[in-house]
Amino acid sequence: MITQTIEAEAGKTAGSGWKRLAGMREIGLILIILALFAAMSFASPYFLTWENMRAMAMAFAVEGIVVVGMTILLISGGIDLSVGSVTALAMVIAGLLFLNGVDPWTASLIAILACTAIGALMGFFVTKVGLHHFIVSLAAMVIARGACLLGTGGRPLGLFTLPPEFKFIGQGSIGVIPVVIVIFVVVVVAFDFMLRRTTMFRKVFYTGSNEKAAAYSGIRTKKVIFLTTTLCSALCGFAGVIYMARFGSAQPTFGVGMELNVIAAAVIGGASLSGGSGTIFGAILGTILLSVVSSSLALLDVSVYWQDIIRGSILLAAVTIDHYLSKRRR
Amino acid sequence: MSDVILKVSRLSKAFGSIQALRDVQFELRRGEIHALAGENGAGKSTLMNIIDGILQPDSGEIILDGRPVRIASPAAAQRLGIGLVHQEIALCPDITVAENIFMAATNASRSLLVDYAGLHRRAADILSGLGDIDPLALVRSLSISQQQLVEIAKALTLDCRVLILDEPTAALTEKEATVLFAIMHRLAAEGIAIIYISHRMAEIFGHCDRVSVFRDGQYVVTHQVAETTPTDIVNAMVGRVVDNRYPAKFQGDSLAAPAILEVEGLSSPGLFSDVNFSLHRGEILGLGGLIGAGRSEIVRGICRIDETASGTVRLEGKPLDTRRYQQTIKEGLVYLSEDRKGDGLFLDMSIAANVSALRLGLVSKGGIIDQRRENQQASDLGRRLNLKCGHVGQPVSALSGGNQQKVAIAKMLSVNPKVIFLDEPTRGVDVGAKLEIHRILRDLANAGVGIVVISSELPELIGVCDRVLVVREGRINGVVSGDAMTEQNIMYLASIDAERARAGGARL
Repeated sequence: MITQTIEAEAGKTAGSGWKRLAGMREIGLILIILALFAAMSFASPYFLTWENMRAMAMAFAVEGIVVVGMTILLISGGIDLSVGSVTALAMVIAGLLFLNGVDPWTASLIAILACTAIGALMGFFVTKVGLHHFIVSLAAMVIARGACLLGTGGRPLGLFTLPPEFKFIGQGSIGVIPVVIVIFVVVVVAFDFMLRRTTMFRKVFYTGSNEKAAAYSGIRTKKVIFLTTTLCSALCGFAGVIYMARFGSAQPTFGVGMELNVIAAAVIGGASLSGGSGTIFGAILGTILLSVVSSSLALLDVSVYWQDIIRGSILLAAVTIDHYLSKRRR
Repeated sequence: MSDVILKVSRLSKAFGSIQALRDVQFELRRGEIHALAGENGAGKSTLMNIIDGILQPDSGEIILDGRPVRIASPAAAQRLGIGLVHQEIALCPDITVAENIFMAATNASRSLLVDYAGLHRRAADILSGLGDIDPLALVRSLSISQQQLVEIAKALTLDCRVLILDEPTAALTEKEATVLFAIMHRLAAEGIAIIYISHRMAEIFGHCDRVSVFRDGQYVVTHQVAETTPTDIVNAMVGRVVDNRYPAKFQGDSLAAPAILEVEGLSSPGLFSDVNFSLHRGEILGLGGLIGAGRSEIVRGICRIDETASGTVRLEGKPLDTRRYQQTIKEGLVYLSEDRKGDGLFLDMSIAANVSALRLGLVSKGGIIDQRRENQQASDLGRRLNLKCGHVGQPVSALSGGNQQKVAIAKMLSVNPKVIFLDEPTRGVDVGAKLEIHRILRDLANAGVGIVVISSELPELIGVCDRVLVVREGRINGVVSGDAMTEQNIMYLASIDAERARAGGARL
C-alpha cells in the first residue's frame, strides 16, 4: 500500500536520484560491457588494441543507425523485418545509378528516398489497410531482397570509380576518429534527445503504450505509426549508402539476418516488443554488447556456428532477466 | 445450516514489502451465500486466489471439511470442489460457447477424443437455466454480459461445493442479474456454499446470508445480514463513519442557469438519433440507461471521437464546428472513457506523462518538453485531487484503482476544460475514493465546469446528478430531476418507451 501523499514529495521529481540510477538498465548493461572488456583484455592481447576497438566501432556504428530506427518503431508498437534487405536495396539502387552515370551524391539521395517510399508503403498497408507490421515487413523483406538480386543479377557491383570525397564518408577519418563514428554519434545523440524531450516523439510513446488511450487523447495514432515505419526505412536507406561508401561496392546479399541482430539489440537495451518503452541509449548499449561478444568470440577462435548460438542465448537471457525485473517492479 | 465447509485461519500473504493479507480468518457454511465486502486492495481477491490455488499463502491454514488442505493449483482446487468465477472474463473468443464451458472438464478428462455431441447437449442443459445463449455460438460474438454467464456456466460444470463469484454482476443488466441471483439461491438450496464478492450493498442485503468485511489486508467483522445495515458495512469497510455519502446538490433550478452546452438533432446512423439536450452552468447532468443503449456513443459523437455524427452542438452559445477530437479538446470538451485501463491511461508510463498527454503544448516550448513544468503540472493537479502516490515519476500501474482514476481526471483537468464527460467514473474504484471523486465532480461543477456523468449505477446517478437523461435504444427516452429521480423511474425509462412507462405508473 502506498500511503504517502503527494504533498510529502511535492516538487521532487523522483525518489532518490542514486536509487533511480542504480535501477536503470543502462547501468547494468554498461557494467556487463565493462566486465567483458576486462575479461577479454586478459584473454586476448589483441582485444584492447586501437585497431580492434576501431574495427569493432566501425562494425556497430552503421548498424547502430538502423537500431535507432528500429527502436523508435518498436516504441510505437511496430516491428520491421525488412531492415536488412532495405539496407541492401539502398546500396544496390545507389550503385546501379552510379554505374549509369549519376553522380554518387544524387544517387545516394535517390536511394534514400526510394527506401523512404518503401517505408511509407509499409506504413500504408499497416495503417490504412490494417495489416500487421510483422507480415507487411516480412513481405517487404522478401520483395526488397528480390529486387536487389534482380537489379544486380545476384553479383556484387564493384564501384571502383567512386570519387574519394564520397568514399571518405565510409572510410575516412577526422583526426583519429572515423567519419562513420562521427555520423553515428550525431544520429544517436540527435534522436536520443528528440525521443526524450520532444512532444513529437512523446506521441510515439503514448501510441505504443496504449494506442486506444492515445487516440482518446486526441493523438493521431495512425499518423504516428505511419511516420515511425517510414523513418525506420529511411534510416536503413541512409545506412545502406554509408555501407556503400565504406565497402566501395554494392552487395545484393548484404544484411541477411540483420533484422534479428537489430531487434535483439533494441530489446536488450530495454525496448518492449509490445511497445511503449525503450531508449536509444539503451539500444545502442545493446548493439555494443552484441558487437563486443561477436568480436570476442572471433578473437577466441570460436566457430561462427557457435557464435549464433551464443548470441541467441544472450538475447534469451537478457529478455528473461528483464521479464523478472519488471515483474518485481510492479 | 451450521456445518462449516471451509475455514481459513491466521492466513498471511505478502508481495514484496506489501502485506496483502495479515492473519485473516474466514468461515463458510454449507448452503449459505456469504458476501465478502471491502474496498479495492482490502485483500478479498488475494484471499480468493489463495483458496483457488492460484497463490500460495506465506502462513496460516485452510481447513476443508475439517481437514487441513494445501491447494497447490487451480486444478487442485477443482478436485477439492472449489470453483472461482473471475471478475475478468477469461474465455477463448474463437471457439464455441460449449467448448469454453467444458474447457476445464475436457482438461480433466482422460479420454483421447472429445465427445462433441454430448458436450453440446450438456452445454445446452446448463445454459437453459442461465439465459438465452446458443451453445454453438462463438464466444467472440457474445455480449460482455452473455460472456459473464458463460463463465458462470463453466464453473457450474465442475461439480463444485464451494463457488466463488467475484463481482459477477458488474457487467450484467438488471434482468440478467436477477436471473443470476435466482440461480445462486437454487445452488445454495442444493447445499453449495457461495462466496459472493461485491461492492453493491443492495445485492449484499438483497441476496446474501452473511457478510464478512475486510480492510487493508485484515479481517474486520462478520455479520448476519439480517442483523446489520448497509451503513454499518460501509463504515466497517472504510474504517470510519461515512455520514453523508453524496455531496450537496445544486441549489435552486439548474435550468435557470445559463446553458454551457446545447445539443440539437445529433444523430449517427445505427448508433443514436435525434439527441437534444442542454447542460447548464453548475449542474451535473447524468446519462442513464442500459449497457449498450448508446450513452457512450452519444458522448463520443459530441466530442467528435465518432467523426460521422451529424447535428448541432453549441458551446456557450457558439456553434462548435470541429471535425476531429483533437480540435474538440482545444475548444474545451474532454471525454473520459469507461475502460480506464483499456483506453484511458498509459499504464507503464509515468503519472506526469499521463497527465500532460492531452495537450503537451502546456508543458513544452517549441516542441521541447520541459520536464520540470510537466512534473509541476502533475503534482499541482495531484494535490488538488488528493492523489496518493510516491512521486509523479512513478508508473501509473503502481497505483490503486481509485488513484488511477484520479490520474485520469487530472489528465482531463490539465487542459482547463469547459465541459467534461465521464463514462462510469467510479467503476472498480473503492468506496473511499468514490466519495472523493463525487466531491471533486461537485466542486468542479460549482467552479463552473459543465459535467456529464454516464453511470450504470443508479444510486450514483441519483446521488450525484441534478438531472438525469435516460437513453434507450439510441434516443433520449426521458428526463428526470428532483423527486422524480428514483431508481424505479430511471429503470422504467431505460427499459420501456416513455408512453408505456407513464401508463405503467411512473411519475414523470
